[in-house]
Amino acid sequence: MRRIVSLILENEAGSLSRVVGLFAQRNYNIESLTVAVTEDPTLSRLTLTTNASDTQIEQITKQLNKLIEVVKLVDLTEGDHVERELMLIKIKASGAQRAEVKRTVDIFRGQIVDVMPNSYLVQLIGTSEKLDAFLRAIAEGTILETVRSGVTGLGRGDKILSL
Amino acid sequence: MTEPVGENQDPELEQLSGAELLIRSLQEEGVEYLFGYPGGAVLHIYDALFKQNQIKHFLVRHEQAATHMADGYARSTGSTGTVLVTSGPGATNAITGIATAYMDSIPMVVISGQVQSHLIGTDSFQETDMVGISRPIVKHSFLVRQASEIPVVIKKAFYLASSGRPGPVVVDIPKDITNPLELFPFEYPEQVAIRSYSPSSRGHTGQIKKALQLLLKAERPMIYFGGGVIQGNATEGLIEVARKLGYPVTSTLMGLGGYPGTDPQFLGMLGMHGTLEANSAMHNCDVLIAAGARFDDRVTNTVAKFCPYAKIIQIDIDPASIAKNVAVDIPIVGPVDTVLEEFSRMLENSDAQRTPQQKEAVSDWWVQIENWRKQNCLKVNRSPDSSIIKPQEAVQALFKVTKGDAFVTSDVGQHQMFAALYYPFDLPRRWINSGGLGTMGFGFPAAMGVQVAHPDATVACITGEGSIQMNIQELSTCSQYGLPVKIINLNNGSLGMVKQWQDMQYEGRHSHSYMDSLPDFKQLVESYGHVGFSVSKVEQLEDVLAEAFSLKDRLVFVDILVDPDEHVYPMHVAPNGAMRDMWLAKGVRT
Repeated sequence: MRRIVSLILENEAGSLSRVVGLFAQRNYNIESLTVAVTEDPTLSRLTLTTNASDTQIEQITKQLNKLIEVVKLVDLTEGDHVERELMLIKIKASGAQRAEVKRTVDIFRGQIVDVMPNSYLVQLIGTSEKLDAFLRAIAEGTILETVRSGVTGLGRGDKILSL
Repeated sequence: MTEPVGENQDPELEQLSGAELLIRSLQEEGVEYLFGYPGGAVLHIYDALFKQNQIKHFLVRHEQAATHMADGYARSTGSTGTVLVTSGPGATNAITGIATAYMDSIPMVVISGQVQSHLIGTDSFQETDMVGISRPIVKHSFLVRQASEIPVVIKKAFYLASSGRPGPVVVDIPKDITNPLELFPFEYPEQVAIRSYSPSSRGHTGQIKKALQLLLKAERPMIYFGGGVIQGNATEGLIEVARKLGYPVTSTLMGLGGYPGTDPQFLGMLGMHGTLEANSAMHNCDVLIAAGARFDDRVTNTVAKFCPYAKIIQIDIDPASIAKNVAVDIPIVGPVDTVLEEFSRMLENSDAQRTPQQKEAVSDWWVQIENWRKQNCLKVNRSPDSSIIKPQEAVQALFKVTKGDAFVTSDVGQHQMFAALYYPFDLPRRWINSGGLGTMGFGFPAAMGVQVAHPDATVACITGEGSIQMNIQELSTCSQYGLPVKIINLNNGSLGMVKQWQDMQYEGRHSHSYMDSLPDFKQLVESYGHVGFSVSKVEQLEDVLAEAFSLKDRLVFVDILVDPDEHVYPMHVAPNGAMRDMWLAKGVRT
């Protein structure tokens, strides 16, 4: 099952490598990873997605919690949450195709952020499924380049992950 | 007294270099001994060490031995072992010892030199990314960036190494940080707080109560404990609980000595080479309480067939150890000592009553266990007309000669299992071996560390001709410091455990498991100024050992030529076997 694990960790040199190293060392997989400093500059927030059974995710979270730099941790998929991923995609768009690409971008509520004579640079934000669906909706052979930020998210409601 | 002007200008504070800050911090931490080896990146530190007398340094012949010495010191005392090595090869040589300590949860602080800060990342001479290389085998590590951090980093390192589930901590210090010309005020913190680290200090009372109720209703109970009882100083609590309940007890390889080995309630070691009674009782029990044990694959045999009838209670300080390999019905996260003490107190309460039916069921259970025990699975088979020494007899003779009162370290292989099975330990911290990583070459330097910590004690290293050669250079260190350890070499001329597996699973194809170029060990140790004995006849065994141990202040190497065809039994049937499925002798299984 797909899991989204969100961690608050010390914003120190080497702490990210401990998290990533743990996954390699213990034969867990990381499907996506995103990390940046928080409003408190001593802390970073890291979100990763992984595929794991209930018993596996229990081990993963326990092992992550053992890392000295990991301050707090939550498996967002355990409860209601909002998840988002950002994708930038460069699409071939010339001639009659140009209008069709624009329409598809509008349907997915994407934004064209750069315009070239023969291509568009599109920005799309949503769940990973939505980004996948957009890629399927674009005509084959017209995708020039893509980059995805990896999943990030927050729990819904009053519950917060903080010190 | 004048008010300090500012933290950094306090005239009351000594001004010290980074190297001196480190040595002073170690002194404040109560470090008695440093095990190490100098080199370019740690020269400033060694110079600061030279100018003081409080910490005694032991110069080894290879950095791996320094870590094992610190490890032996730590295991035999419960204190943190401290190591000092240089950058690059010094650091990488220490890796095996760090991994050994990590796998067995041994408190250790390893200080490694690093190249100067501005050279890090440039592939400079003797540079290696020690924090990176050691990352998967440490509890935590630090790269010191400023000299002023040294006292706090050292305080944190010792706190982390010794608290919660103990483990090794690496402190990597670039050479410029220890520059003798730059001075900093020295103030050692009384305590440190780490916001993300708060090991549990006691178990959940509700869980303990629930577990106790389950234990009191058990008809075929079993107490299974491991190295956590030793590292967590929980021996007293364990003995109290076991005696009050009268239930059978078994130990992992790492736990031996945590419960008296000669006590009738003790069924011996369990696991791959466990006794028939321990493994059979495990398989058939209906309630299992695990204390400071982690259901290692060398214990469980096939996990799917492990303890099929049992409800399982597990006590461990490390939540990640609970239900990692085997599903657990009642988990208790907490220090094993306080949890067992709470069990013991609760057993005094009036509601902790056992019904007569339950007591009768347990006494039937004991009848069953005694039937297993009667099979005497550790009986040594010898033909009366042969004087060849069986390795088991060598260990039994050692027990007799040392009156069961020695510190015994071992290396890894058949001799390790023979030692574990034939030398019962009545006290904790007496049996010292590399159970988790299985490090050949551990036993001798570990014995040296034990001897440093206990100068007047009898310390024996049971080893084999394969393992001993992995750190034999330390004979020289022993000459230098007069460490009178006794090396008991069970010499069968081959890598016995490898050969045993090749006999059992590879139709006797002994692929590279022989050694046909052994040194004359007697001459070898004599060249270092030690005493060597060689014995090959069972009639002479005890006399030779007695003579060896009578030489209290000498290192004695006893080369015992043992039966090269002996296997370790019992042995789990694998793959796909359960706890109770064992080979009891060649071709004989349960």
